[in-house]
Amino acid sequence: MAEGQSPLAQFEIKRLVELNAGGLDVSFTNSSLFMVIAVAAITLFLTWSMRGRAMVPGRMQSMAELSYEFIANMLKENVGSEGRKYFPFIFSVFMFVLFCNLIGMIPYSFTVTSHIIVTFGLAALVFVTVTLVGIFRHGFKFLSFFVPSGVPAILLVILIPIEIISYFVRPISLSVRLFANMLAGHTLMKVFGAFVIALSWWGGWLPLAFISALTGLEFLVAFLQAYVFAILSCLYLNDAIHLHH
Amino acid sequence: MEVEAAKMIGAGLATIALAGVGLGLGNIFGSYISGSLRNPAAAPKVFGNVLLAFALTEAVALFALVIAFLILFA
Amino acid sequence: MPQLNFADFPPQLVWLAISFLVLYVAMAKIAVPRIAEVLESRQDRIARDLDEAKRLSEESDKAKADYEAALEEARAKAHGMVTELKASIAKEQDASRVELEAKLAAKSAEAEKSIAAAKDEALSNVRQIAGVAAKATVSKLVTIDLADTDVDAAIEASAKGRV
Repeated sequence: MAEGQSPLAQFEIKRLVELNAGGLDVSFTNSSLFMVIAVAAITLFLTWSMRGRAMVPGRMQSMAELSYEFIANMLKENVGSEGRKYFPFIFSVFMFVLFCNLIGMIPYSFTVTSHIIVTFGLAALVFVTVTLVGIFRHGFKFLSFFVPSGVPAILLVILIPIEIISYFVRPISLSVRLFANMLAGHTLMKVFGAFVIALSWWGGWLPLAFISALTGLEFLVAFLQAYVFAILSCLYLNDAIHLHH
Repeated sequence: MEVEAAKMIGAGLATIALAGVGLGLGNIFGSYISGSLRNPAAAPKVFGNVLLAFALTEAVALFALVIAFLILFA
Repeated sequence: MPQLNFADFPPQLVWLAISFLVLYVAMAKIAVPRIAEVLESRQDRIARDLDEAKRLSEESDKAKADYEAALEEARAKAHGMVTELKASIAKEQDASRVELEAKLAAKSAEAEKSIAAAKDEALSNVRQIAGVAAKATVSKLVTIDLADTDVDAAIEASAKGRV
């Protein structure tokens, strides 16, 4: 397959404006463009829809309130009332992932979350934030999180390293999950799109039908992965705040 | 063995992980259906959890896919 | 794979940091407080409306209770009036009955008295007639003229002996 038609060509980073800050490459790429678009879309959506502050919400305002209450309930159920002040953080993470996923579904657009470095950056941000919350709340006692309670001392020798490893694997699994979903979905769509072209008008209908169904599934996945990312962040936050398994 | 051929075989082997994912997905939806037939009133309450479990299990399949991609293209 | 091109990592990370920071500030300072404010004011409004509805329903309950109490009172009053009236009627009836009975008793006593008088008169008349008849009979039989006093004494004696 030629490089231009490769299913992975859609993930190519293109530098739109070359920038350099003290030897660090900070070029404005197509990825950056879509991040900015996503941020602008979220901010516009949430402020424009709430501009009326109506007592009885309209369609857009209902959607904004729904997204707010969705995350608020998630945080309340998984973390409890202490999670209240981390609401803007979890909400931003959820909205960012959701909008990046959804904007990526527009044909010819770029999916920011299909890059491992972006999802890893987000997951690392969540991980560092959660760890700092745990350390500030509990200080040295935070280390007891790695010691399972009610276990014989002999087993602790094995279990403590496992706990520590499973703790530090969290940002990796969190980021790879989102990245792999986006990568697989978009690659699959591209592959079937190529089938439609290759089989042309006499045989392309079957992959076309499949790709339509797949697009629906991908919208579900786009939402679901944002949900999973947010809920796992909530669960990690809960661990850091309450220190039990 | 040529590296190209070994890569292809390796990528194919990576998809074996799908067996476990298939079991897992079948288990999730099978349990959901049998549970919701026993107690239809509780079915809507666990549907969110079903979707969450679906997403988490599907992610395992995609880990395998990422491995295959890494073998093939990296 | 374009994802593993390490040269592309720094710009993506830098722009991720910039855009996420902007997003976080926008959410924390503008969007979230605004939505929270609207939701809270709606919650307050609903709570206030519910309170108002509760108050109104309590008021109507109270009015209903008042009405029922008034109804109960009126009923009791009416009942009292009826019993009073009944009692007074019964008393009146008793009084008139007693009066009537007394009148009747007096009348019957009077009647008895006049009957007794009539009887006495009749009895004395009977004696007189008996005396005349006895005198006539005796004079017819033995041709003696009896004195009236003797005859009367004899009748009196016979009447006494008979009685």
